[in-house]
Amino acid sequence: MEHLIELKNVYKIYQMGSETVHALDGVDLTIDQGEFVAIVGSSGSGKSTAMNIIGCLDVPTSGTYHLGGVDVSTMDDDQQAEIRNKMLGFIFQQYNLIPKLSVLENVELPLLYAGVDSSERRERALNSLERVGLRDKGKNLPSQLSGGQQQRVSIARALAGDPSLILADEPTGALDSRTGREVLKFLKQLHQEGNTVVLITHDNSIAVKAERIVRLQDGKIIYDGDSRDPRAVVQPHGEDEDEEVGA
Amino acid sequence: MNFGQSFRLAIKSLTTSKMRALLTMLGIIIGVGAVIVILSLGNGLTGMVQQQVDKLGINMIQAQFFGGTADMLPDPEDMYDLVEANADILTGVSPYLGVNAVVRHGSDKFDRTSLYGVSEIMYNASTGYTIDGEQLAKGRFISYMDVERRENICIIGAYLEQEAFDGDALGKQLSIDGRPLTVVGVLKRNAELEMLPGSQDDQIYIPYTTALEIMGSRWVNLYIFTSTSGETADAGKRIIEAYLNDFFRTDDGMWNYFYITTMAEQANQINAMMGVAMGVLVAIAAISLLVGGIGIMNIMLVSVTERTREIGVRKSLGAKRRDIRSQFVIEAGTTSAIGGILGIGFGWMLAKGIGAVLGGMLSENMGGGVFDATPTMGAILLSFSVSVGIGILFGYLPANKAAKLNPIDALRYD
Repeated sequence: MEHLIELKNVYKIYQMGSETVHALDGVDLTIDQGEFVAIVGSSGSGKSTAMNIIGCLDVPTSGTYHLGGVDVSTMDDDQQAEIRNKMLGFIFQQYNLIPKLSVLENVELPLLYAGVDSSERRERALNSLERVGLRDKGKNLPSQLSGGQQQRVSIARALAGDPSLILADEPTGALDSRTGREVLKFLKQLHQEGNTVVLITHDNSIAVKAERIVRLQDGKIIYDGDSRDPRAVVQPHGEDEDEEVGA
Repeated sequence: MNFGQSFRLAIKSLTTSKMRALLTMLGIIIGVGAVIVILSLGNGLTGMVQQQVDKLGINMIQAQFFGGTADMLPDPEDMYDLVEANADILTGVSPYLGVNAVVRHGSDKFDRTSLYGVSEIMYNASTGYTIDGEQLAKGRFISYMDVERRENICIIGAYLEQEAFDGDALGKQLSIDGRPLTVVGVLKRNAELEMLPGSQDDQIYIPYTTALEIMGSRWVNLYIFTSTSGETADAGKRIIEAYLNDFFRTDDGMWNYFYITTMAEQANQINAMMGVAMGVLVAIAAISLLVGGIGIMNIMLVSVTERTREIGVRKSLGAKRRDIRSQFVIEAGTTSAIGGILGIGFGWMLAKGIGAVLGGMLSENMGGGVFDATPTMGAILLSFSVSVGIGILFGYLPANKAAKLNPIDALRYD
């Protein structure tokens, strides 16, 4: 079977002044349809770069990335935008809702850019809000909702376009532990409904909610396997799991 | 595709920061307002000129003789013959002598009254108008016999009847350079408000033969011709010119021996002059529009920076460059369009105010006429579309900057 995500020998190299930084240093990774994967690593491990590349927000310096069988590693800005629109749903740490738009309008946005007409857009956005239990909040502004509710709106927005892959970047980072647990429960539920979920986090206790853990260090994969394996949560030497949030 | 949302977003951001919006639009408001005022006043002036022309008759041709070496001028009979020979184009001619003489009634002296020596052709009984646009209120006009016999009669304006005769002048006499003339007709009042000395209602027509006698002169040096219509006036002018060149035995006697001008030419000249003046004024006002455009560009650049994160989010959700670009262009266009609408309203009111003051003064000086300083639909549409155009033009640069933002950097922007 064809892999949903297939990274082959991916490098991402930045020039920082006179120094050359290998944010990703030869990464090979495949993720299949229906998996629930956590990409874990500390600050500077390359997990954010990995998320940008998987999320089609950036292209690798070298190597190839196939998403759904299509090579997206050489695409330009607008082609990537189209892939993001059709195949990806983002959930951000800071929710990233547009404050001047109503909750419903926020959820409609990916459909708007997909060119869905207004009545269908409304219906699909309302259904999506229904799934996160916020159908009645459609007319509110994001600022009138609690943090947990806002994150649920952003999940609804990620789901609205029926993406092949849900990418969650530190989705619980801005929430208290109780609402954080609810969001994780919801991601798990989405996975059980057949969705592919990739979770990016620095936090082992969150990563273990996934089925599979990919641990990055210095741009390399140092562990890739079942999250129940004790080695999955072993801290590499010199790393402190609480040192930093969201790098 | 997202026009509706962009438009609503633009309205929203305008209403949430009203002061900022107003200041942004101020340049456009002032520029568009100034353009509307200039175009409205110009329109009012053109209308007034047109009214004068209509009243006097667009088919009027004036011919003035300066004389040749032989000290001879054409006889009025020659002019009548000329008209008759060209009846397909010329419809009438009358001497039009300006007379300098003292007008008295009893002990009252009227020194601002205009006095003209004309023939019976001056009045067209079938239309009820004189060649220069007057109508009779009472009595009759000068007849052929009056001219032939140099009768001492006159037709007077409404002002004189009022002032000299208390509204009942027919059959009474006034004196011109000591010569008693009997009033046989009174002209209709022109001024809608007050009649003033020296106005169009303060004039007298007498037979030109009588006028020549009063002046002690033989020659008529000014004629008014009429042509069949405004379009044939120019052909009429050429007929008269050819005749006069022949008479004075010259190839091109224009300006030297005589001068001929049509009402249409004069109106065109005035309109052309006003057109140039308006063009210059509009160009000056356009500078304000330019400044307004720069103001919009400035605020859009600020807006793009403020909303970098929003742009990042939209891009992550699949917005292409053109989606982002059109969003900001629409926002800039909406801002300047609203500025344009406010400017049109503001300019309209200002034009009405100025027009009311200026129009009153003008119609007093020109003896009637309505000054209507209303912007034309064309002027409104033009200034509206120019303001939208400016918004789009000056919004493009900031919008393009937004469209080119890198989504990763934009998403991380605080």
